[in-house]
Amino acid sequence: MTTQTTDRPAPLSAGWTYAPAPENAAIAAVKDRYLPFVDGGFVEGRGEDAETFNPGTAEVLATVSQSTTDDVDTAVAAARRAYDEVWGPMSGAERGRYLFRIARGLAERARELAVLESLDNGKPIRETRDFDVPTAAQHFFYHAGWADKLQHLGLGAAPRPLGVAAQVIPWNFPLLMAAWKIAPALAAGNTVVIKPAETTPLSVLVLAEVIADAGLPPGVVNVVTGAGDIGSALVNHPGVDKVAFTGSTAVGREIQRSLAGTGRRVTLELGGKGANIVFDDAALDQAVEGIVNGIFFNAGQVCCAGSRLLVQEPVAEEVLAKLEARAQTLRIGDPLDKNTDVGAINSPTQKAKIDELVGSGVAEGAQVWRSSCPVPERGWYVAPTILSHTAGSMRVVREEIFGPVLTVETFRTPDEAVAKANNTPYGLSAGVWTEKGSRAMAMAGALKVGVVWDNTFNRFDPAASFGGYGESGFGREGGRAGMAAYLEDQS
Amino acid sequence: MRIGKSASAANTDGSRLGVPKTYKLYVGGAFPRSESGRTYAVRDAEGGFWANAALASRKDVRDAVVAARKGARAWAKATPYNRGQVVYRVAEMLDGRRSDFADLLVTGGADRDAALAEVDASIDRLVHHAGWTDKLASVLGSTNPVSAPYFSYSAPEPTGVVGVLAPTGSPLLGLVSVLAPVLATGNASVVVAAQPDACVAIAFAEVLATSDVPDGVVNVLTGSVAELAPVLAAHGDVDALDLTGAPAELRVELERAAADTVKRVFVPRTAPDWSAEPGLARLRAFLEIKTVWHPTGALSLSGGGGY
Repeated sequence: MTTQTTDRPAPLSAGWTYAPAPENAAIAAVKDRYLPFVDGGFVEGRGEDAETFNPGTAEVLATVSQSTTDDVDTAVAAARRAYDEVWGPMSGAERGRYLFRIARGLAERARELAVLESLDNGKPIRETRDFDVPTAAQHFFYHAGWADKLQHLGLGAAPRPLGVAAQVIPWNFPLLMAAWKIAPALAAGNTVVIKPAETTPLSVLVLAEVIADAGLPPGVVNVVTGAGDIGSALVNHPGVDKVAFTGSTAVGREIQRSLAGTGRRVTLELGGKGANIVFDDAALDQAVEGIVNGIFFNAGQVCCAGSRLLVQEPVAEEVLAKLEARAQTLRIGDPLDKNTDVGAINSPTQKAKIDELVGSGVAEGAQVWRSSCPVPERGWYVAPTILSHTAGSMRVVREEIFGPVLTVETFRTPDEAVAKANNTPYGLSAGVWTEKGSRAMAMAGALKVGVVWDNTFNRFDPAASFGGYGESGFGREGGRAGMAAYLEDQS
Repeated sequence: MRIGKSASAANTDGSRLGVPKTYKLYVGGAFPRSESGRTYAVRDAEGGFWANAALASRKDVRDAVVAARKGARAWAKATPYNRGQVVYRVAEMLDGRRSDFADLLVTGGADRDAALAEVDASIDRLVHHAGWTDKLASVLGSTNPVSAPYFSYSAPEPTGVVGVLAPTGSPLLGLVSVLAPVLATGNASVVVAAQPDACVAIAFAEVLATSDVPDGVVNVLTGSVAELAPVLAAHGDVDALDLTGAPAELRVELERAAADTVKRVFVPRTAPDWSAEPGLARLRAFLEIKTVWHPTGALSLSGGGGY
């Protein structure tokens, strides 16, 4: 048979489309109303109810009873009692068994949690299903194993837990951040009062159900609800021994300031402005995939996002062309659609912040490329955006945007790449793309960041410590260093 | 002003006029006066004049931080073996001036036996830390068994520039005990000496200056802690603070200032016992754990590697 050009599959642009493939929202079993989880029970908060929205549609998803500062008192007292009477005296092996149960419980409700997380947060179901929920379960499983092995952490023969941990987590990975915080705290023998973000409380409250179903003693884990004022009341509560916060640098700084002189142990996981550095010898197609993953994963609402592309000049034009072509194929839309690559922005506030910063980039002279993929009319969406011809002085290069917005700068020498990458008060992550192993290792050494990804990006594992340099915060989560954040150092 | 009998070793029998030393700052490997030109009188244990020391200014703090940043680059690049040898060299040089330091401590009020014991303990502390430089990564680092085809490792790195407030009470051992871990972990430092201990601190800086410690890796300021510490705590190019020697009334203010640039702040949980084993906590406090991921792929492309 002769093959004629007309027989070839037409390019996508010629009319091929994906059929909608939505996950069934009913799987999330969303309730009308959710209650805080205090001292082993789901109890009415004393505040006025608040609504949580589905960012994909901008519709109300559920009502959530809100905690007050009095409820924070109750929760901290419950956590203290549980620490003194049950969890503190319990053997590590016994604590570990509870954590293994939680890991299993999460896995069993994985599908429900994935859909719920997509509905409440706006991120694509593909991400919640394949990353957020399984990784959360893995975190409990990993830390369960530490509970009876604390003497092997290098912190002394019998390192002691700190007591009651106050934990405040952000909205970008609600369930996963809860797992990152709760699992090591409990494995080390602390009890917990945790506050999810006011826009994404649901998956953490379902995690509380899993915890209750696992039979954890009352008060070991408490979930209070509310906004920043409740978070502030929690971290400043005199009954708390340890504070762990993930969120913005501005709030982290405020927490550090307010806890000055208290002697309270603090770990802060703050903002970032990660550089993704592409050398001219890199496998460019793979680098482009990594750049896309680095900045469009979770619509760029990631503290360690690779938000600054630094590309070596000989390949800059080629990389940018490939990148725009690849980014154009990303599908933006319904977070529950299994084909969606880029979901919704979590809140109108965040969308406004992204829009404002992109506007500032344009005003300062950046060249804008934006995906022409249609964006749903309802809901909060930002199409993938690439700002090229940017300079290190521009706000879009200096400030964390926390959205699907990539800036592009070029460099000539490795030294220049290092200087530009490190020219930020942040220091959370960086990517390096090169086929030369020695250069990758040398770059890894020179970058002032807590996580370096060579020829990959956005890899996470409970066995690998994660955390920042400089104004990206201090302390680590995951691995041995992560456990150290919840124990007295007696070494 | 009455010249105390301790001001110079040579003047006690009146056979010749002594040459009392002016104790200057130690910044960038040199011994400059304070840019302000100010000095203050350090007193011996009997309240007599001991020596003039430089009363450092805010500008001296800023100059010292600039010097420390330069020093930090050189020191972080040095091999762990080399760093260990340099720290050991500090111990050697201190040992060589053992009786000088004992004299200084006696002048400050210690009895002779206690003074010698303090010098010896300080030498031992340096030797202990000289042995840490090439072991920290294996003790505090790890290869990470990640569940994906990547080689992942976590290793400690120096935080950068550490502001150190030296403790009072043990003029030499206290200073060495706070400085040695900062030095051994590859950090540069700006040390504010305890106000009454300026002579011991600057004499120790002379030991550092003759020990192959690169210029700027350690900088020692003398003067008013209340004047200097807030500048150090608020400085944007200081990465961490050791508040061991912070006066109680300054501590909250200093910690608040440190929060502006999210500095790492080390405050001992209990009053330090310098005779105890030093442990790991001070070393850990000034290290960052960096995690690196590298694809492992497969030996052959037909194997379908991760990369």
